[in-house]
Amino acid sequence: MSTESKWPSVAIIAADVQSGKITATELVKQALQTIEDKKEYQAVIATTADRALERAKEIDEQIASGSNVGKLAGVPFIAKDNFLVFGSETTAASNILKGFDAPYQSTAIEKLESEGAICVAKANLDAFGHGGSTENSDFFTTKNPHDTERVPGGSSGGSAVAVVLDMVPFALGTDTGGSSRQPASFSGCVGYKPTYGLISRSGVIAMASSTDTIGTLARTVEDVAYVVDVMAGRDPLDSTTIDRDEQSYQVSNAASLKGKKVGVIKEYMGEGVDPGVKQAIEASLEVLKKAGAEIVPVSLPSLEYSLGVYYIVVPAEISSNLSRYDGQRYGYSDADANNLDTSYTSSRTTGFGAEAKRRIMTGAYVLSSGYYDAYYNKAQTVRTKLIQEFNAVLEDVDFLAGPTAPTTAFKIGQNTNDPLQMYLADVMTVGASLVGIPALVVPAGKAAGLPVGLQLMTKQKADRMLLSFGAAAQSAISKEISSKQSKEIET
Amino acid sequence: MVSAETRKQYTVTIGIECHVQLKTATKLFAAVSNDARDAEPNTLISHICLGMPGALPVLNEHAVELASRAAFALGSKPSPFSTFDRKHYFYPDLPLGYQITQFYQPIVLGGTVTIVIDGQEKQIGITRAHLEADAGKNTHPTGADYSLVDLNRAGTPLLEIVSEPDIHSAAEARAYAHELYLLMKYADVSDADLYHGNMRFDVNVSVSKTNELGTRTETKNLNSFRSVEKAAEYEINRQIELLEKGQKIDQETRGWDEAKQKTLSQRGKEQAHDYRYMPEPDIPPVELDEAFIERIFKSLPAMPSDWRQKLTSLGLDASQTAILIDAEVDSPVVNYLPLLEKVISDKSYAKQLANWFVNIEIPFRSDEANIVELPNEARAPMYHAVYELVTGNKLSSSNAKLLITELLGHNSLPESVEKYADEQGLVQVSDTGEIEKIVVDVITANPAAAEDVRNGEMKAIGFLVGQVMKASQGKANPGLAQELLRKHLM
Repeated sequence: MSTESKWPSVAIIAADVQSGKITATELVKQALQTIEDKKEYQAVIATTADRALERAKEIDEQIASGSNVGKLAGVPFIAKDNFLVFGSETTAASNILKGFDAPYQSTAIEKLESEGAICVAKANLDAFGHGGSTENSDFFTTKNPHDTERVPGGSSGGSAVAVVLDMVPFALGTDTGGSSRQPASFSGCVGYKPTYGLISRSGVIAMASSTDTIGTLARTVEDVAYVVDVMAGRDPLDSTTIDRDEQSYQVSNAASLKGKKVGVIKEYMGEGVDPGVKQAIEASLEVLKKAGAEIVPVSLPSLEYSLGVYYIVVPAEISSNLSRYDGQRYGYSDADANNLDTSYTSSRTTGFGAEAKRRIMTGAYVLSSGYYDAYYNKAQTVRTKLIQEFNAVLEDVDFLAGPTAPTTAFKIGQNTNDPLQMYLADVMTVGASLVGIPALVVPAGKAAGLPVGLQLMTKQKADRMLLSFGAAAQSAISKEISSKQSKEIET
Repeated sequence: MVSAETRKQYTVTIGIECHVQLKTATKLFAAVSNDARDAEPNTLISHICLGMPGALPVLNEHAVELASRAAFALGSKPSPFSTFDRKHYFYPDLPLGYQITQFYQPIVLGGTVTIVIDGQEKQIGITRAHLEADAGKNTHPTGADYSLVDLNRAGTPLLEIVSEPDIHSAAEARAYAHELYLLMKYADVSDADLYHGNMRFDVNVSVSKTNELGTRTETKNLNSFRSVEKAAEYEINRQIELLEKGQKIDQETRGWDEAKQKTLSQRGKEQAHDYRYMPEPDIPPVELDEAFIERIFKSLPAMPSDWRQKLTSLGLDASQTAILIDAEVDSPVVNYLPLLEKVISDKSYAKQLANWFVNIEIPFRSDEANIVELPNEARAPMYHAVYELVTGNKLSSSNAKLLITELLGHNSLPESVEKYADEQGLVQVSDTGEIEKIVVDVITANPAAAEDVRNGEMKAIGFLVGQVMKASQGKANPGLAQELLRKHLM
């Protein structure tokens, strides 16, 4: 793969379309062509080609007639297939939703479209977002752009690969426990999880409502921030949304790293972390330090329970959220079932994959009477404790930093028979999800030829500050990496 | 049949759960019309009612306001912090696979409802009341191998009111159900249209000879006060009969067969259902501030029990009081109680007015032939004018009744009630001179009766008064006539 992207920044693309330098139709065609060219990576479940070209034509006509189309005029993007989008089926990569045509669109999609963005395809994922590799897609596994024998990460694996392979300038993912951050780290792009509630979940197929967020994946933090600025804010269709900042989330001028206090999470840098990953992260932190940031170690003692808490609370919500897929109103329904009970059982048994069933079982168990207090309630208590610890530490430091995952991308099939090993890949991302704080992953070089992502976090609602800091960090780290590379070439 | 003797040995314990449909314009979690009465199936639905992927519930603020009003009506106050939960079960009329309800922290905790039973007040405790979304409706066409689902009702806001087991007879059960109906109407939180299922009662009955509670049964979905009473009565007898025969009561859900006037087992043995309750993560907690609670409190009118006190203190009896309190909710144009409220400081007028409402206007209006367009508020001056004529001895009480009945049939009132009454020949003559002339004539014309009176036979004076009334065509003030007769004869 080439190091130089075909796409300029999102802001420049939109400006070029608006000024008539390039047409939306050309951009959509370019995106669709790249999707076709990179088919073997299986990043995409379906394109929305017809609708995309139609929208492009409309936008081009509007521009020709002198109207201002918006901040994202003609910018093509790909949405994870758990966003309800017109123009193709919405399946969440599950058999139970095969053939489902969305009767309405997600608020996030509506907001992007209202600024002129064009959705060109739906990206692959672990079905319903359950997983960290796309191997749990009921359809196929997406390949890592750096090594096709490896997973791209997940569950937003298709979205990450679409960005890395230059299919589009940005892609939407979701992030419930790391689903946008971990594939960004594994595949090598920027992945962002906003503060819980900053971007509406309306029209996004729910995984776990209390930690679901809308993720954005792009090549640069600037592009992420530009897109987030369009999507952020209260939505009357989602009661858990929060007010956006009055100021733009766009990164105007690169913030200085000088004097910023960055806490390195001790629990993320200890045992179990791949030495190559650790080295890449330490090197990135060194770059930040050189640029004037103050790097200090911090400890969050309850973090060791976060994975346990996550795998109680999240399956509980999953078991509940998946109840509506019962084969009665839409989606897969066993046509041979001759009574209601058989219809329920058979439709769900056939329609859901193994991981969905595993999580439904776990969730139903922890919510059942007699176990509720021991599991769900206890987990919520620990979650509260975790929130308090994060809040306390974030009083003292501006940002938290650490790796995104303990390893780089693993081999396809390596963990498929060991769900616990698979869950461990989430250990460094679930903390921010349970606490509801924003988290950003920026490329931090490679370990043994595979990408590593540096994870940065900050306190709730400080998304602007995080994006601005992240942009500076990405620029400093990538400069360092390319100068190292050129030195290596020289020597 | 259980003998009265046997019956006496048992204590009856009843608790009632009541689902009240709140009168919001739209559903509890979706901006879709809440009035499914004449709608074609599945026309009042949205992606939220259908449980589409990605659909999120958005709480209807008006439902919270109505539940808060209901809280005060139930002798409680809305909780400043309440939350929603999910109750899971699979059924085709439940698109999400869970009902959104308030399990852990309801909007109303505690409360009291005062009922009147045999003229005595009795307090029934309220355990809790919570908001929840109704399910849709399944129909099973006869002979068909399919069922139909109508989701128009899915998501309608309900307030479920749970009583303490403080009810100890079928009559009390009925009185409680009726009182809830009045409360919901007075607080203006529900149309309380029982025919359309706006209030549905689940009656839990148990009987016991000891201090320990017996096994209870729950008879579900009763939609009239009568069926609440009948079903409770039937269950009491059925359970006592079984126990007397040495048999056991099954804890079960039963239904009421209106045609057969009996309860029937619905599910056989009750299965311990595990609903896997879980906090609803899509709806933030409902936080009500003091100002909101205060505003709701201040906006509430007097409740039936307040009125019972006021009317009783005016000297009305229990039956008159009940008639007035019930009449208040019968028709929107009728508002007797506010009219009484306005004049309550004039106790004797207020009592007279209440009597006229009970004895004249309410029976008049209950006759469907009497269609009257004029709101009775507009009649307030008429009542007061009639009252002045009566107290001024210009109108007899029987003529007052005639006059009021006559005027109730009019869609506009005469400029002067007195003039109108005079024209109708209803005003009584209290002019001593005029009556005296008639009295003298009557004495002359009836010498025998006059003689009897002179001899102390007072019965005859009544006859002579009657003659004076007749001669005056009913206009003479009978008291004055008697006084003048005495003057001339004694």
